[in-house]
Amino acid sequence: MSAAETRPYAPPDAVRPSRWDSTRKGGQLRGVGRFFRSELGMVFRRRRNVVLLAILALVPVLISVAVKVGGHPRHAGSIFNSITDNGLFATLAAFLVISPFFLPLVISVVAGDSVAGEASTGTLRYLLVIPAGRTRLLAVKLAAILAWCLACVTAVAVVGILAGLIFFPAGDVTLLSGRAISYSAGLGRVALVLLYVAGTALTVGAIGLFVSTMTEVPIAAMAATLTLTIVSEVADAVPQLSAIHGWLPSHYWLKWVDLLRDPMITDGITTGLWVALAYVALFVALAWARFSGKDVTS
Amino acid sequence: MVAAIASAGLTKRFGAVNAVDGIDLDVPAGSVYGFLGPNGSGKTTTIRVLLGLAFATTGTHALLGTSTQAALPRVGALVEGPAFHPYLSGAANLVRLDAANRVADPSTSRQRVGGALDRVGLSAAASKRYRNYSLGMRQRLGIAAALLQPRDLLVLDEPTNGLDPQGTREVRALIASLASEGVTVFLSSHLLSEVEQLCTDVGVMSVGRLVWQGRLADLRAGRAPFVRLETGQPFDAAQVLTELGLDDVHAADGHVRARLGMAEPEHVVAALVRGDVGVRSFTIERASLEEQFVELTGEGFDVSG
Repeated sequence: MSAAETRPYAPPDAVRPSRWDSTRKGGQLRGVGRFFRSELGMVFRRRRNVVLLAILALVPVLISVAVKVGGHPRHAGSIFNSITDNGLFATLAAFLVISPFFLPLVISVVAGDSVAGEASTGTLRYLLVIPAGRTRLLAVKLAAILAWCLACVTAVAVVGILAGLIFFPAGDVTLLSGRAISYSAGLGRVALVLLYVAGTALTVGAIGLFVSTMTEVPIAAMAATLTLTIVSEVADAVPQLSAIHGWLPSHYWLKWVDLLRDPMITDGITTGLWVALAYVALFVALAWARFSGKDVTS
Repeated sequence: MVAAIASAGLTKRFGAVNAVDGIDLDVPAGSVYGFLGPNGSGKTTTIRVLLGLAFATTGTHALLGTSTQAALPRVGALVEGPAFHPYLSGAANLVRLDAANRVADPSTSRQRVGGALDRVGLSAAASKRYRNYSLGMRQRLGIAAALLQPRDLLVLDEPTNGLDPQGTREVRALIASLASEGVTVFLSSHLLSEVEQLCTDVGVMSVGRLVWQGRLADLRAGRAPFVRLETGQPFDAAQVLTELGLDDVHAADGHVRARLGMAEPEHVVAALVRGDVGVRSFTIERASLEEQFVELTGEGFDVSG
């Protein structure tokens, strides 16, 4: 308690430094780094999130053990069947497994909680009067969701690479197109896949952020976000709806397999990234439009 | 001097209902302004609009002579009870809020958090989780959050709500000491006694409208005094009082009541004696503040606490 004793609370009629003048340079984004670090602490120290991240990171271990124990592949060429040839494919198989549901779920939890969680505890009103600034608050929440997406896929990649090294051979990587590249070049491909998966997963994050501004019930925002994701995937699975498949965000989520060919086929990747960017821009704009004019009554 | 809070025709409509109906607030700088009204009279909605949490349907308002967003860094607020993250400690919650503040200086964060906790007497519980705080501690942490920066205006919404008598006394003493440092305090309350005890100015809300506003002393002085005397000759007494120019003279069996008006009580007694009226007792009565507020709002107040 020494701080308070040595430095008494400044009486409010003390001389007021000009830095409290909110109209000074920097405006909305001033001090945003510190707010962002605080937000990261809130996300990454929350036990629920840590547990989810840990379970997600165990997926490549589960796959490795199953393949190790389960025995020989039935037909070669696919990502799963390549695991026994090279451990790097354990990471890629994990990406394949988590992309449709588990990863969107984990991102929905954090994104859906972002604004609605603060509203449900009532802390949103205090953040706004402190004042955090509405646009600034939303920007920090979005940045934290992006960090969460990156953390999720990175955790899976790192654990997957380690599990692959432990259980399976390392050496040269035979790509899906049949050509072999060095292990380090293979790591480069995994890094590209990681960035692609994180980037397209941010679509879910942006949808979650928007939905989160609509409600004071975080669990509802999480469920709604996940539901929208599943609707996109269901629509993508119905052949009669092929006319709209190209517009569905989830349509491109597995296009990263094209990065595992030599030469890489980038058409689908590029389109996938543009579509993801468009959806992120759309839902962030909707979130901003909604949140900046919203009455906070929680 | 610029008013700490000023509004003109401030209205907030929810559906077909005007929760706040065209109120013109004028909170003088340096005052302790009691925003008094029964629960549901629109006090919290007004506060939310003033603080920029909700948007006015029509009307304008200014804090500290400027817009809400420009003024907020100099405004501390407690709105509808404290709200913090349950699994963070009191200190960590304040650090979190300070980090979110777009104008806070990170290098002094630790001192300011320590100072604010010290100010509300929570230093010993600084590292305790918020969920383990008592109601009084939570309320005080809310006030500490409002004191993280030097403030010119504190907006405190029902700061003693739900506190035990000891907690209530502590919070009131804290408000009084803050006010003595020159901070303008805008205190919403449904407790008449609290406003009487702490405030210099008062605004009375009733069903979304501001039905009276001004200095508490004026309100007190405005209470018309009555004389009441007991006598064996009530009708003779009534005649004397009427001749003296007193209004609303009512004579009944054994006593007389009349509005004193501008007359001096000494002259009234002397006149009664000169008129040979035997006076058994003579008292000056005033309507209580509560009676006045009931008159203003048509509703009773919770005078306990």
